[in-house]
Amino acid sequence: MRTFNLKAIGLSLVAPAIAIVVSLLVTTLVIAAVGSSPSDFWSTMFEVPKPRSRIDIINQTGMIYIAAVAAAIGFRMGLFNIGLEGQYTLASYAAAAFAGGAYLSGFANVAVTLLIAIAVGAAWSGIAGVLRTTRGVSEVISTIMLNSIAITLVGYLLNRYGVHEGNTVRTTKIDLVTGFSPYEDRDGQIWTLTIIAVLVGVGFWLLLNKTRFGFDLRASGQSDSVAKASGVNPTRMIITAMALSGGIAGLIWMPALFGKASSFGLGTSFQAGLGFLGIAVALLGRNRPLGMLFGAVLFAFLSVKSNDLTFATDVSPSIVQITQGVAVLAVVIAYEVVRRWRAQLEQRAVGQDLVTATEAPA
Amino acid sequence: MTTTTINAPGPVSRVRNAARANWLFISLGAIALVSLVRIVTDTNDLTSPGTIRAAIIATCPILMAGLGGLWAERAGVVNIGLEGQMILGTWGAAYFTYHSGSPWIGVLGAALLGMVGGLLHAVATVTFGVDHIVSGVAVNLIGAGVTTYLAEATFTDLEGGGPRQLIGLKAPTDVTIPGVSDAALNLADKHWFFISDVASFVAAMTTRISLLSLAIFALVLLSGLLLWRTTFGLRLRSCGENPQAAETLGVNVYRYKYVAVLVSGALAGIGGGFLALVASSGFSTNQTNGRGYIGLAAMIFGNWRPGGLLAGALTFGYTDSLRLRDTHAVHSLLLLVAVALLVLVVVRLVRRQVAGAIAMAVPGVALLVWFLATDSVPRDFTSMTPYVTTLFVLALGTQRLRMPAADGKPYRKGSAG
Repeated sequence: MRTFNLKAIGLSLVAPAIAIVVSLLVTTLVIAAVGSSPSDFWSTMFEVPKPRSRIDIINQTGMIYIAAVAAAIGFRMGLFNIGLEGQYTLASYAAAAFAGGAYLSGFANVAVTLLIAIAVGAAWSGIAGVLRTTRGVSEVISTIMLNSIAITLVGYLLNRYGVHEGNTVRTTKIDLVTGFSPYEDRDGQIWTLTIIAVLVGVGFWLLLNKTRFGFDLRASGQSDSVAKASGVNPTRMIITAMALSGGIAGLIWMPALFGKASSFGLGTSFQAGLGFLGIAVALLGRNRPLGMLFGAVLFAFLSVKSNDLTFATDVSPSIVQITQGVAVLAVVIAYEVVRRWRAQLEQRAVGQDLVTATEAPA
Repeated sequence: MTTTTINAPGPVSRVRNAARANWLFISLGAIALVSLVRIVTDTNDLTSPGTIRAAIIATCPILMAGLGGLWAERAGVVNIGLEGQMILGTWGAAYFTYHSGSPWIGVLGAALLGMVGGLLHAVATVTFGVDHIVSGVAVNLIGAGVTTYLAEATFTDLEGGGPRQLIGLKAPTDVTIPGVSDAALNLADKHWFFISDVASFVAAMTTRISLLSLAIFALVLLSGLLLWRTTFGLRLRSCGENPQAAETLGVNVYRYKYVAVLVSGALAGIGGGFLALVASSGFSTNQTNGRGYIGLAAMIFGNWRPGGLLAGALTFGYTDSLRLRDTHAVHSLLLLVAVALLVLVVVRLVRRQVAGAIAMAVPGVALLVWFLATDSVPRDFTSMTPYVTTLFVLALGTQRLRMPAADGKPYRKGSAG
């Protein structure tokens, strides 16, 4: 039995390993193809990060991980919330605008701001949930449309109500929440609200494995008819899961808002693109809490370290986008291959057992 | 529209004729409605030849993406990766046009790059049975990454180039049909009810229209004929409806799916190429801006058929182009949509579909109130129009749609048993 378990663990690691090797290989080939030096690239990327970069990696990991969990909640029940990007853009704006208004002070302001972020994210993704359940619109298309609408809407609101400063416009500045500085002050801080990532991760695990809702969620993801038979109300499940996914998405940028940005500005202080990174990491980590943590660290590492490329090599930092994309495609293919291979192994094992079982009494 | 005639008894040709008459009737009605709103609101820009010309340019990339989606989904593969394949096409068109000096080589380059994106999607979904949406998302990530990186690596040192752009590309030739063009322009200038609106369209189609636009319309016609009038098309569509049955009849399902997805990628790539060569003055990073997804929406709107797809793409292209023109036109568009919705409400009431009528009456009245209460629409809102239109159309029309029966379902060789 013990050897079988080891084999199972080994098999589950095969797919990510293949994916990483393939993505590194493709990246090397692309760099070589345009005439740059792959060895320069790799030596720069795999240098031990400086203290400043280490802190950046931790902070980025936190935000990417929240985004990944938000995506995973939908994915686990077969809902494709492609709209994380719009949900967290709108939620971040609303939260920053509220916090900037300074209606409350200190801890209360932070807490209520977070609640607003959750509510706005949930409401925006809820639209897709309602359209899906009442009008039968695929959430894939509706969330993509809602992305574009949200980003334009935020642009409009920001222009109309924001603080204009030269060519840029932003929300009112807020007081930052002091973070934790493991190194010298100039190396920056680990943002306090990165704790949200930890809470969301633990919460996600508990929700999936220890609650009725988590069971229903996974059941709906595996088979609609089984879920229905066990008493799940599909309409309610879709709307709840969609709203939950969007609610978590609302929190994605909150660590940065209170840690460093202090205001929301499109194209300036606001970090766009985390939603799509989150979807990629959820796929990479197979929607499992630990797998996604690994994926988030990997993606944060690639993103942060790629900034060093500008100074040290002639390879543009955008090369890591290729690495990340290929890693996702490779991992989903590798999982499928491993799944088929495992099924074959099991079939063979069962076959052999049958042969020995029928031979034994003879 | 056509669904009501399906149950009617009689030979197939009669159903087809009825459907055709229906389409003609709807098109004429739509033109009359637009014309009426134009005259009532005194917004001649709503159907000026300039607007229609801009609308055709905005329609073409959406049409190509949608047509790509049609090929793939008719063979049972959902292709969310259209956006990524399209964006690869923008780079391909720019790179090959610059180095060959011929925009047509550029279009082939765009198709080639799009096909590479299609190949990735086909390998993942057909050979390895990965979930189609998941693979599509990955293809989009790769497409955006590859394009950004390649642009920085290959365009930075070129004349007219930069890390994020390449301008001054040679565009495909524009053509004008001398006699027709002048006559139509004249007629359009008269601002007569109905006639001038049709004349505007004719003028736009015959005056300084890019050969690539005409080629794209021809590709839609060709695809329709290939998919619905040939053995090849029948087999390809059977892979999207019931691959197991197709397999038992000796169709190589994998091969048809591969062909469909490769063509799909190539068409999306050409759509991207159109953006770089015709719709703007050159390549820039992230030029597609979600048009791949809108193309997909146009295809769903068109009920997985080429004619419907064309209507969908024109609708989205039209609203997309209006935002570039004066805000007054978009304000009139509010009335247009409101009246269109209210007409549909009446249709539903006549058919005694009360719930459907109410669902349409609410946004219809809301838009009417919005139109009456305001003088203009903020510019940001106008850029939302295509997306909001898509949502509305899907929310109000999805129930009548029928997608290929095995669309998006995994298939493995030998599963027919």
